[in-house]
Amino acid sequence: MHKLKPITPLGSDTPRQDVIGTITITEVVDQALASVAARTDQGATVRDAMSDKTGLALPDVGKSAEVGPYSAFWMGPDQWMITAAHDSHELLAAELKSSLGDKASVVEQTDGWCRFDVAGAALCDLFERLCNAPVRTMKPGAAIRTTAEHLGVFLQRLADDRIAVFGPRSSAGSLHHGLVAAARSVA
Amino acid sequence: MIINHPLLGPRDAQEFTYLGDATLINRPDWQSENALNAFHDYLYLRDNPAGEHRELWYHEQGDRSWLVVTRNTMTHEILNVELAHDVAKAAAAERSAQ
Repeated sequence: MHKLKPITPLGSDTPRQDVIGTITITEVVDQALASVAARTDQGATVRDAMSDKTGLALPDVGKSAEVGPYSAFWMGPDQWMITAAHDSHELLAAELKSSLGDKASVVEQTDGWCRFDVAGAALCDLFERLCNAPVRTMKPGAAIRTTAEHLGVFLQRLADDRIAVFGPRSSAGSLHHGLVAAARSVA
Repeated sequence: MIINHPLLGPRDAQEFTYLGDATLINRPDWQSENALNAFHDYLYLRDNPAGEHRELWYHEQGDRSWLVVTRNTMTHEILNVELAHDVAKAAAAERSAQ
């Protein structure tokens, strides 16, 4: 048997953390992701089923929600990304599929994305250099899809001084470069 | 150019890609008797107005929804933005009412 060991999106054994001025950029690797897309005209049923089974009220346009181990953000009309800790919910997609059945299409997304949590007082200065999103008006709980460093990314505002960036895993290096470059320019 | 997305509010045109005339929604029935002619017209015949034009735009770097944008091709003023989903549903309801 080969000795296989997982690597992070940036290709290391351990998640990377950069501290630049007041900004901290942390590679987050402990989250499982799955997308849920309601099938035709099933939006309301999926919301009901989700809140029955997990207690999670699927968020409205541009919002995110969190209950117990689960967190979700809005991706598009009747589409959400669900996240949970990888250690306890490695089979998140299968788990959601068994509760939602044929009301929704559920797709495993864990290894498709990389996530960087950016924290610090100069957060908005950084993101207004990097992307089009109106970060200054985004309250904690807001989530938006936009571009950063020519990549399609989701931004989820976790707190006033903390934003999670989800980008394509295969471009993790480029996204990280963009974040670090923007952080240096505001430091 | 800013497109006022019906769900997300004003978003930069950089996030969108353009497809073409909004009449592309009205795809002919391939099983009808005049399908050949209908598809010829659908594929090749377009109005090319100087002025108000209804167009399909895709919010690729956003929520991935298709929009019907009414735009003045001379001034680039955007007059109306609707979800293509709603436009197609309204058209289908109108057809079944006839």
